[in-house]
Amino acid sequence: MNTCSEQIIQSMHAYLDGELSREEERILKEHLGRCTDCQKLMDELAEPLALFKNTVPVRAPEGFVNGVMARLPKEKSQAGFQRWLRNHPLLSAAALFFILMSASLLSSYDNDQQFSVTKQPNLIVEGETVIVPEGEVVKGNVVVKNGALRVEGEVDGDVTVIHGSKYMASTAVVTGKSEEIDEVFDWLWYKLKNMLKDVMPSTGKQDD
Amino acid sequence: MRYLNEIVNKKINEVLKGDQDAFEEIVTLFQHRLYHLCYRMLGNAQEAEDIAQEAFVRAYMNIHSFDQKRKFSTWIYRIATNLCIDRIRKKKPDYYLDAEVPGTEGLDMYSQLAAAGELPEDEVVKMETQERIQYEINRLPDKYRSVIILRYIEELPLQEIADVLEMPLGTVKTRVHRGREALRKQIGTM
Repeated sequence: MNTCSEQIIQSMHAYLDGELSREEERILKEHLGRCTDCQKLMDELAEPLALFKNTVPVRAPEGFVNGVMARLPKEKSQAGFQRWLRNHPLLSAAALFFILMSASLLSSYDNDQQFSVTKQPNLIVEGETVIVPEGEVVKGNVVVKNGALRVEGEVDGDVTVIHGSKYMASTAVVTGKSEEIDEVFDWLWYKLKNMLKDVMPSTGKQDD
Repeated sequence: MRYLNEIVNKKINEVLKGDQDAFEEIVTLFQHRLYHLCYRMLGNAQEAEDIAQEAFVRAYMNIHSFDQKRKFSTWIYRIATNLCIDRIRKKKPDYYLDAEVPGTEGLDMYSQLAAAGELPEDEVVKMETQERIQYEINRLPDKYRSVIILRYIEELPLQEIADVLEMPLGTVKTRVHRGREALRKQIGTM
């Protein structure tokens, strides 16, 4: 049907793609003007494109957006947690600090199974029992780990017994605080309290 | 257009921070364009809704891999066209066309296909324009359907079609040419 060269057909397509120069377009139009076969082919190529020009866009149905949102995977709790971390940098740092501190303190809680006592000149140590003798005044805080403490005299300071037992005679006097620590949490609390006292000596004094 | 890109990228950054609600605004912005693309590709409202929604879900799940220097519409179009092409392939019957249709005598799949795919001329002429447009698209071979839709329904520039389909520009041009030839023959032999 069409005897014209492939080149003319190629330039028809280039024309439809908007890629012909003015000069090339002039040559094509000139050819179409005198070649009815090519004009017919050109019309046939352009006809469906004219049909598509009339396309009316179809709109998404009602509830489309909600449908998408319902199909999304639930936000991972991990994502929520990460967002919280990002939004609360100071708290996160504090929490991380607390976790690391607890870990190191806990490891010392487990390892520290040996009997020990603070050194004060007038304390008497018999095996794993520490005695504050009657009539004596022990200056400073007394700390006993993994052992027993008998207080018969006077302690001018705090008394702390960790993992052990405490016996207070009727004559005993403790001017500071007196506590026994057995549970992990008590232990942690005690350590942190001591650290705070070290960091802020003034508040420690006020407590005394 | 640049303004739209800025809004979209801002929303994407919020989604990346874990804010799912920001994605809702992106869906709202692109829902009609994407639905229309799927509708034309599949020729069916229910499937179009399903695939267009799926495309948004995939976009959400892969949002971290979206390059914000590029156009979001190109990216979501790519996801959607790929899903549509997959769906069309799955719908393809896996039986042989010349196998005899069960329960019929001498009636093979060719006659079934002719009955379903091509209508007599007088019926085509009676079709209203929108129906006719979809009818012609549906008759196009798969290979040319997506380029013709992107070029003449969505009216995208050739380079953008190349980006959507991840094809060299030359391949897109060849397919557009062959698609136009196919349309000419379809309409000419009607």
